[in-house]
Amino acid sequence: MLRRRIQRGLERLIIGLLGAAAVLTILTTLGIIGILLEETRRFFIMPEVSVAEFFFSTRWEPLLGEEKHFGIWPLVCGTVLVTAVSACLALPFGLITAIYLSEYAPARLRAVLKPALEILAGIPTVVYGYFALAVLTPALQRIDGSIETYNALSAGLAVGIMTLPIVTSLSEDALRAVPRSLREGAYATGATKFDVSLKVVLPAALSGVVASYLLAIARAVGETMIVALAAGGLARLTLDPRGQVQTMTGYMVQIFLGDTTSGGIEYRSSYAVAAALFVMTLVLTLIGQFVLARYREEYE
Amino acid sequence: MTTTMPPPSPPSPSDAATLRSAVDNPLGAVALRARQERSQQAAAGEAADGGAPRSAFSIRGFCSWYGAFQALHSIDLEIPANRVTAFIGPSGCGKSTLLRWMNRMNDLIPGARAEGVMDLHGISILDKRLDVVDLRRRVGMVFQKPNPFPKSIYDNIAFGPRLHQRLSRAALDEIVERSLRRAALWDEVKDRLGKSALGLSGGQQQRLCIARAIAVDPEILLMDEPASALDPKSTHRIEELIGELRANYTIVIVTHNMQQAARVSDQTAFFYEGRLVEAGPTETIFMNPANRQTEDYVTGRFG
Repeated sequence: MLRRRIQRGLERLIIGLLGAAAVLTILTTLGIIGILLEETRRFFIMPEVSVAEFFFSTRWEPLLGEEKHFGIWPLVCGTVLVTAVSACLALPFGLITAIYLSEYAPARLRAVLKPALEILAGIPTVVYGYFALAVLTPALQRIDGSIETYNALSAGLAVGIMTLPIVTSLSEDALRAVPRSLREGAYATGATKFDVSLKVVLPAALSGVVASYLLAIARAVGETMIVALAAGGLARLTLDPRGQVQTMTGYMVQIFLGDTTSGGIEYRSSYAVAAALFVMTLVLTLIGQFVLARYREEYE
Repeated sequence: MTTTMPPPSPPSPSDAATLRSAVDNPLGAVALRARQERSQQAAAGEAADGGAPRSAFSIRGFCSWYGAFQALHSIDLEIPANRVTAFIGPSGCGKSTLLRWMNRMNDLIPGARAEGVMDLHGISILDKRLDVVDLRRRVGMVFQKPNPFPKSIYDNIAFGPRLHQRLSRAALDEIVERSLRRAALWDEVKDRLGKSALGLSGGQQQRLCIARAIAVDPEILLMDEPASALDPKSTHRIEELIGELRANYTIVIVTHNMQQAARVSDQTAFFYEGRLVEAGPTETIFMNPANRQTEDYVTGRFG
């Protein structure tokens, strides 16, 4: 009797703990969003800034000069530029690697290659940052002398190398999830391996591939350490990847590492930037979810 | 063991009637009687045009392994052209394995290998230099579970033809329509060719897969238990379809359903534990088998 009671009490305790853990995650998220919104609100009610300037001005000069400018676009531009460079590297090469691993690679090679790729995902991003600064940039400067010490190109390439395993790993999972019966059906009409991979397996796995793309892009948008080290610290509205740019995350690092006072306008501005970044990644994630749900292939 | 098949009956107009009666009679005895009469008539006719049908496949001393496991032991079998040949036998007897060698589908299975002779019109299928892609275009296959691509109905059918030749839209439309008509699916899908094939019922999907297979104009159709995942009505449609297709194609069908073998095939080969036990005209195998094992199996005493 007693034993059963203890057991029941224990059961309740465990359920309670599990529930509390779940609630804690939600509360943390809500807390972060709450602080983000509150500080953003405080930024916008300051007399020096206006919402209109934030969204329509093309100058981001919060630290220099007499007159400060808070137009978000140069930072968005830096982020987009770095992300675009990384996407040019990670998306095609990630997919090609995934197709090779899933359709072509002999089992033994695959058993070595896939874990090796996943190790890439485990390298601290600060290492990628140094790699960009110390290896990529000097190498690129040999090719094109006009490339600056800090530049969007090498930072973007490093981010691309970092996001490559995300694309490869998730795309490969999606490709391998395509049932063998579909491949056999295609082979039975006289398709080559290339036909089968490109015209049957890839379309059937498209939703997973697109989801991996969006995840990689979201990861690139939010990447901080690499760009802080290698992209530079000057917010410029430019699409030239050879010069330095500042990304949204890069600006935040600059503020929090610098000597700006807590509660000052520069400090608060970083929250506004963070909120904008949050919205960007949220939208990307939502698109990813939508694509997955909408184009999920049912094979039954 | 060598088993050669005596001349089978050619397709005849009485097929549809035969099939109907076969469906009404689950044991297929009526079907068999009808077929026996027909085959006697046919034998008389065939003697007049001068002899036995040619073989599509000649299989001699054929052995196959999955890794260390030997799935087939020295099979000798002739598959006549323009006939329906049924492979029957309990699960794991090797009938699907043999079928899957006939278009080298087993190449996709790691560790699968084969020895012996398997010729298609005198050309060795096991030859390393053989163009497997071309072989598979000539030897189409329909699988146990319908496996339409997650594409539109139209694109499913057009998939094969597009691989092999550049076609105008009109020519492709025509192939799609002809294939769907031959698979007895056209009337049901002609208004929704652009819709996903996954929206079709199981039976329709299987007919779509048959249409997809015949769209590349193969000589031979391999069917691996094509109706086993379908309800009785859809099964009937598929069997009817096989009856119609036998005029133009050499068909090899693997089936677990003995009535189905009796209803649709001209020749039957009975496999047991990787060996060919007996092969011959379907009516002989079912009504008057030479081997005791065959008799036990077809009368349902085991398997």
